[in-house]
Amino acid sequence: MTPSTIELPVTVDDYRIARYAAAAIALTVAEAALPSPLPGIKPGLANIIVLVVLARYGWRDAAWVSLLRVVAGSLVIGQFLAPGFFLALAGAVCSLAVLALAQHLPPRLFGPVSASVLAAFAHISGQLVLARLWLVPHNGVFYLLPLFATAALVFGSINGLVAARLLAAPVAVPAVLKGGS
Amino acid sequence: MKGTVPGGLRELLAHAAGASHAPWRTLLKPGDWALLLAAGVLVAASYPLLWRGGTADRAIVKRDGQVVTELALNVARKYEVTGAIGTTVIEVQPGRARVLSDPGPRQYCVQQGWLKRANAVAICAPNHVTLQLSGRGGQNETYDTLNY
Repeated sequence: MTPSTIELPVTVDDYRIARYAAAAIALTVAEAALPSPLPGIKPGLANIIVLVVLARYGWRDAAWVSLLRVVAGSLVIGQFLAPGFFLALAGAVCSLAVLALAQHLPPRLFGPVSASVLAAFAHISGQLVLARLWLVPHNGVFYLLPLFATAALVFGSINGLVAARLLAAPVAVPAVLKGGS
Repeated sequence: MKGTVPGGLRELLAHAAGASHAPWRTLLKPGDWALLLAAGVLVAASYPLLWRGGTADRAIVKRDGQVVTELALNVARKYEVTGAIGTTVIEVQPGRARVLSDPGPRQYCVQQGWLKRANAVAICAPNHVTLQLSGRGGQNETYDTLNY
């Protein structure tokens, strides 16, 4: 018997963000199983979810999903507070900053692919700067920039295309995503 | 709440399996194409960075361990240095340097040919002359020394 119950009010927004974040975390975990040719080069599939959320619900929701994904995703794969976590966080924060600007691009000319590629470049920039300042105090890390930039361009384009396709598909948004449970 | 698969992921999977999709090409708007092109050009242009670490910009000529001269590797020129048994001729061209001739009996340093990378060195031991290339930076050199 509990004399007092603390109940946090859960809004419709909370449910929606939690669902998208869960999807992003699932992709993060799935991706962690993929072998990577170079530390830091990953497809970043979870960003597809962030792009979809950005287009459908705006930057605030996208930021929530992205940051929840980084924190909870790192907890699940056992990376929380490890160097990889801070690199992911730096990348996510830079991406979100760029997406905040990119969402004001004229929608007639620019679609999710542009947002995705710009965010991917912001992501590697944030990671490289943090790596240079903290992990590898040597300008040698910047010699790897072409490899990271190529990965950002390729994976950014693919993720953007997937997000664009999801957004373009004529779907009725499932009721669970619109309302609560 | 229904199902255990997160909503967004279920949606993603449903679409991956779905059939009625617009062709990929239509998903790209004109600005997207322009941005992809610009990004591709920038990425391609960044590739020389991968190799820049080893390029040299100065040739250092030493006799008996003492620096005789430092030659910039941006103009072609020849330089003569008198050593223990004769005159060694150093030739510099943009981005590279070599020992053109040397009085040493076995000509090792001449046969080494052009030096291109930072810290590559040609040693003309009989004449007590060395030719070493040096890159920018100083303490962050890629190699301490290079020999073949």
